[in-house]
Amino acid sequence: MDEIRVLSPTAILGYGFPVSSFEEGLKRNPHVIAVDAGSTDPGPYYLGSGKSFTQRSAVKRDLEFLVKASVERNIPLIIGTAGGSGARPHVEWNLDILREILEALNVDVPLAVIYSDIDRKLVHEKLELGQILPCGPARTLTTETLSSTTNLVAQMGIEPVIKALQAGAQIVLAGRAYDPVSFAALPVMKGFDMGLALHMGKILECAAIAANPGSGSDCLMGYLQHDSFILEALNPQRECTRLSIAAHTLYEKSDPYSLPGPGGRLDLTNTTFEQLDGGRVRVSGTVFEPTENYYVKLEGAQLIGYRTISIAGVRDPIMIKQIDSVIEEVKKRVKDNFHNLNDYYLHVHCYGKNGVMGNLEPSPHPGHELGLVIEAVAATQDIADTICSFARSTLLHYGYPGRKSTAGNLAFPYSPSDFPAGEVYQFSVHHLMQVEDGTVLFPIEMRGSQK
Amino acid sequence: MRYVKDAALVIRSKNAGPYELTFDLMFPDKETFDEVRSSITREDIAQLYGIDVSQVLSIVHFKPAHAIKITIVRPHASGDLGETDVYGAQQHAPLLKLTY
Repeated sequence: MDEIRVLSPTAILGYGFPVSSFEEGLKRNPHVIAVDAGSTDPGPYYLGSGKSFTQRSAVKRDLEFLVKASVERNIPLIIGTAGGSGARPHVEWNLDILREILEALNVDVPLAVIYSDIDRKLVHEKLELGQILPCGPARTLTTETLSSTTNLVAQMGIEPVIKALQAGAQIVLAGRAYDPVSFAALPVMKGFDMGLALHMGKILECAAIAANPGSGSDCLMGYLQHDSFILEALNPQRECTRLSIAAHTLYEKSDPYSLPGPGGRLDLTNTTFEQLDGGRVRVSGTVFEPTENYYVKLEGAQLIGYRTISIAGVRDPIMIKQIDSVIEEVKKRVKDNFHNLNDYYLHVHCYGKNGVMGNLEPSPHPGHELGLVIEAVAATQDIADTICSFARSTLLHYGYPGRKSTAGNLAFPYSPSDFPAGEVYQFSVHHLMQVEDGTVLFPIEMRGSQK
Repeated sequence: MRYVKDAALVIRSKNAGPYELTFDLMFPDKETFDEVRSSITREDIAQLYGIDVSQVLSIVHFKPAHAIKITIVRPHASGDLGETDVYGAQQHAPLLKLTY
């Protein structure tokens, strides 16, 4: 086998793709269709709550095309980080959609589900053994943090996916997986170079975001050979350029020369990017270096309370000039009124001043109008509602120095003015854990018929 | 003295995981990249964002993309209380003032 072709339909399962691009991809006879379904970018809520940041109907729309193509062509379909965050509730949610599609097609293909949830007890033991390290500037991991973490997963490497394929799976639905894994597993199993396969996967996982012009909702094709790989956009309106592909290697990473992952790191020191005709780019020189011990990355999120927000505008220049002190005074009034409730968080975002950058804002000078988001977070929704409501009414009628507009300080776009926003989570675990090998943490369950 | 923004093709910010914020500055060719890259220091970045130099984790020059990559510690983990930009995609504006 001199070449293995990998079709990546979209940047995130549920972000969509033009059918014409997908059909172009199928014309190239892919050996595997692979897709990444997740990201930590949308924040801690999705991992913590067990919900997906993508919509069910959008995921189903994409999956229908992928499953049909996999079944008709008898090629594997590999889905990584099911349900957006890859914990058990996310995997079950995605599995339910998958089952619905398979039932409607009336087909029964061998399906492997790989879970990535981590037993707290194991992490406690590893903590005591000193086999847990913070990943970058993360919080210190404590026993309390672990017990209040609702969903705790580890990023799997290629090993569990290869094991599932070797067990005969045609469709692999994986929990939390290192992004390039879905794309690299089959090539590595077939004897292709790990470094090149993972680097190609690293680019394919974002699909046409790496093309020019970029899009998160379009397909990208990867051709892996033994000494290099080639990337091709499948929409005539896009092309892969040397710069778009090289630039993508920077995306969401801190050091493009050295990309760490499960069990090792990709070394890009000698990587070259070469422009080919037809809007294609050839990449070579990337090397995988295994680390002495196998580390996986743990991710967890914990519930910290409930949020209520209120949105309002301010146009009065006399008030805008003293907005900081007005907000401080209102916070004091709230505290004084609810002195029995000391455990809440009250914050006012000031759009038009420093709403986007907060303390990093180098020029916090207000414009002619401000957009305020009053935010309260507390142990219950009821307390959050109470604090937000009281802060809003106090701010509305607060008599600041020099006030002329004595009828009210805020312009509300909506009635009701306050919105309960529900559960609030924060990332609680972002650590590396040493394991014996890449397969131990990730149980594989075979569903459907065995070939 | 010239503005980096006039020479760059791309100036962007994004999370690099929930605890870091990373900035990419990309230039059209090797000449411009070489001209700009030596003049951007960790001290410049610390000053632009009003943070301590120790919070500027790295400045990497990535030759294949004619790119300078700057990574700083996020003021807090993505989505923590006080968050203003969960994806970190709108934290690049101060870089438009960089000169070389």
